[in-house]
Amino acid sequence: MNYLDFEKPLADIEGKAEELRAMAAGNDDVDIEAEAAALDRKAADMLVDLYKSLTPWRKCKVARHPDRPHCKDYIEHLFTDYMPLAGDRGFADDHAVMGGLARFNDQPVVIIGHEKGHDTKTRLDRNFGMARPEGYRKAVRLMDMADRFNLPVITLVDTPGAYPGKGAEERGQSEAIARSTEKCLQIGVPLITVIIGEGGSGGAVAFATANRVAMLEHSVYSVISPEGCASILWKDAEKTREAAEALRLTAENLYQLKVVDKIVPEPLGGAHRDPAAAKEAVRTCIADMLASMRNVSRDELVRNRRAKFLAMGSTGLAA
Amino acid sequence: MAISPRDRFLTLFDGGIFTEVKVPQPLEDPLKFRDQKRYPDRMKAAQKNTGESEAMLVAEGDIYRTPIVAAAQDFSFMGGSMGMFVGNAFVAAAERAVELGRPLVVFSAAGGARMQEGILSLMQMPRTTVAIQMLREAGLPYVVVLTHPTTGGVTASYAMLGDIQIAEPQALICFAGPRVIEQTIREKLPEGFQRAEYLLDHGMLDRVTDRRALKEELAHLLCMLMGRTPPVKGDLAAPAKS
Repeated sequence: MNYLDFEKPLADIEGKAEELRAMAAGNDDVDIEAEAAALDRKAADMLVDLYKSLTPWRKCKVARHPDRPHCKDYIEHLFTDYMPLAGDRGFADDHAVMGGLARFNDQPVVIIGHEKGHDTKTRLDRNFGMARPEGYRKAVRLMDMADRFNLPVITLVDTPGAYPGKGAEERGQSEAIARSTEKCLQIGVPLITVIIGEGGSGGAVAFATANRVAMLEHSVYSVISPEGCASILWKDAEKTREAAEALRLTAENLYQLKVVDKIVPEPLGGAHRDPAAAKEAVRTCIADMLASMRNVSRDELVRNRRAKFLAMGSTGLAA
Repeated sequence: MAISPRDRFLTLFDGGIFTEVKVPQPLEDPLKFRDQKRYPDRMKAAQKNTGESEAMLVAEGDIYRTPIVAAAQDFSFMGGSMGMFVGNAFVAAAERAVELGRPLVVFSAAGGARMQEGILSLMQMPRTTVAIQMLREAGLPYVVVLTHPTTGGVTASYAMLGDIQIAEPQALICFAGPRVIEQTIREKLPEGFQRAEYLLDHGMLDRVTDRRALKEELAHLLCMLMGRTPPVKGDLAAPAKS
């Protein structure tokens, strides 16, 4: 288990309980087990306490937790017959973006998502979930295909942002993002998004301009990272806590602002503590959102999506 | 050299005559954003500095007797940043263009999205894209003139979706700024990287055009796209006011 810095007291207690049990291993020491069990209870209470009201900056940390289920995990568990489809037909296949055909509850769908990777090798291969233009162009191609064959599109968003690299700029990162957002607004099929971790700025919008947008409870979605915002507005990269607060990037805030339609509750202690439960919650959410659009015509889907985004920003936070 | 939207319109429109298109006022400080200063205080300072109420000006008028709607972004107003107001201005411009059956010309200049409006500024990316789709469906040209600098969420939405993409010479046009990229890849970027001429070379623009030639060029392009006879060039008397 990887502990976050604010979970350190919890790590200490859980570590102690584990140590006690290791010491007692082999003999049935009742006292030691009782002590360990007491520590377990203390840890459980502490976990409830810690996660009851996570600050926005702590949510950022949970959203970026290395053990948090990623796009690939959701694809493997929620979909069957996943057929990855690669390439933008122009330059390359971007491994930061997974995409292809799959079945969700037997229904064929197109799935697109950012994948961050889970260890050094896969993180490098996936570029930490930061897509290059080819990733967005692959997404455009897949959305076009979904539109032609009348398949719903499900996008899973988890990116620190689009990759700020030389080649990415050279090959038109801005244009690629803009076209992907534009494509989202054009397709006559249901488009649903689940923000499963980080919704990083334009790199997220390009996939998240959807009929329905859901967000995992401890995910974040923001115009800029707290680090970036702190260094620009506070001129102090350490002011991430303040920036995270000011940006209103939590699921709860975004629901109030009508930017997200649904908050998917996470298991106690975050999705990484019980990935199976998190995945099931996402399954239910996707099924509900798909069902809600079952009998909506192609024209209406496009119209509704546009009307929704045209109205964005007319609701602020209550003072 | 930077030029304010108002000055640009004075030189762009025939006889310097144009009518401002009213932009609906958005919610003030929707997130109650506070960094080292309160957002409303930053706004007041910008308003005092520029004499404008916000970072985009929308107008209708003629260029060489071709009626158009134009919107121009003001980099000197909080870095031209795109928040709810700029979104409203862009949507109002597109709606007015559709209503009048005119092309829309947008002069972009922005550091990106306005952080003080958080996610709501980010949502102006899809929102302005919806407005562009209104123009497309009405069969009206949408021309972007990218001016120095155009970056971030603005480049990654309406500034890159023109039917025709023109940039002013030497304009910095990018998604991620050079400093961010240098920090990421830890190497110095080549001379001219992300400048208009570089983007033209890399296929991201149709043309790079000096400001002095822009008016004539726009008039020609728009007349052709609209199937009109060629524009009447030269110094014209201001059209009679009705």
